[in-house]
Amino acid sequence: MAGNIRLEVVTPEASVVSEDAQIVVAPGTLGEFGVLIGHTPFLTTLKPGTLRYKDAKGVEKFVFISGGFAEALPDKVTILAESAERRRDIDIERVKKALKRAQERLASKKPDINYERARAALQRALYRIRLAETRR
Amino acid sequence: MATLKEVKTKITAVKKTKQITKAMNMVATSKLRGAQQKMDAFRPYALKFADVLGSLAEKAGEEASPLLIPREEVKKIHVILCTSDRGLCGGFNSHLISKAEKFAKEKSEQSIEVVFTNFGKKGRNWCRKNGFLILGEHFGIVGAKFGFNIATVAGQGIVDGFLDEEYDEVYVIYSEFVSMGRQTPVIQQILPIQPIESVEKKAEDDQTPYLAEHICEPSTDELLGDMLPKNICVQLYSALLETSTSEHAARMTAMDNATKACNDIVQSLTLSYNKARQAGITADLMDIVGGAEALKG
Repeated sequence: MAGNIRLEVVTPEASVVSEDAQIVVAPGTLGEFGVLIGHTPFLTTLKPGTLRYKDAKGVEKFVFISGGFAEALPDKVTILAESAERRRDIDIERVKKALKRAQERLASKKPDINYERARAALQRALYRIRLAETRR
Repeated sequence: MATLKEVKTKITAVKKTKQITKAMNMVATSKLRGAQQKMDAFRPYALKFADVLGSLAEKAGEEASPLLIPREEVKKIHVILCTSDRGLCGGFNSHLISKAEKFAKEKSEQSIEVVFTNFGKKGRNWCRKNGFLILGEHFGIVGAKFGFNIATVAGQGIVDGFLDEEYDEVYVIYSEFVSMGRQTPVIQQILPIQPIESVEKKAEDDQTPYLAEHICEPSTDELLGDMLPKNICVQLYSALLETSTSEHAARMTAMDNATKACNDIVQSLTLSYNKARQAGITADLMDIVGGAEALKG
């Protein structure tokens, strides 16, 4: 491998990741894609899911992202996500509450519910839980 | 001349007011710091977003998204008015409101209907008093802690309303944080989205057209269609952040001035208190001396 690629994950509220990575794998809308150094300029939307990368020492790390955009340049990958959390920062209690809330909302079948939003919330919660439970 | 006791009471009262204004000043200072940090945290995202969006817009066609197309006839506009929930921040809210008032008047003269969404109680109260239709109101956001999701939810609603042709143009009125001493009310049109020019100029400067040979997935138009509604949320979030920061800065200055005014009043009151006291003593002395003289005679 020729070297490391810079990975930046930014959300409106904070910069979540800013470090060098050997490889970055992100969940694009049209499928998961991997980025190494020297990648051709590339721009895509992301779906909610897990961003994986190997840091400079080869340790694999995971970040939950709630969808957004990724831009790959030969020496840098920038992820613009509405929210992002490193695996160790996921608050499992909070996510479970969110999951329950979303399920209840979907089950209640009231007419004034924005189904799309509730379903998206459900999905986000599920992805978070799945990621958090692969811990260790 | 006020009696001694009256002046004394007045001094105590002013001193108490001063304690309050001073405390509010300090609270505003610390909140301002938090708000500024939040603005700094948002900047990298906003810059990158604008970069990508700008270059995409350049590549994509005009008709890539219905959000780009101006309506032929504008009958109804939607104004998002950001003000604070609470007063005691100088002319902050009245500046914003007078901007909104002027704008609404201008539009009404062209027989365009104006409807509002309010962030902040002060703006809502004004709208209610003037009989404007209020589509939505959000309190406890400006000047407090809020996350990006607020902007996402509100922004989505606005975009939906626009697409359903409930209104033909959308504006945001917010307070731009220029510096600690200066906050200017600004009107910005967010829908339909204005053509994005800045990037073109930048590309000329850099000599390397940004994103020239990017592969886009899915197509450029689809990407753009996805990003534009998010751009509304980004703009809304930034407007809310700016207004919050401005509110704290305005309150800080206002309270600082109030504290200074209290000091001045206390000083002048103390002076008149001392004068009155001295006058009393002189009068007493005159009495005694007069009495002694009378006895002598």
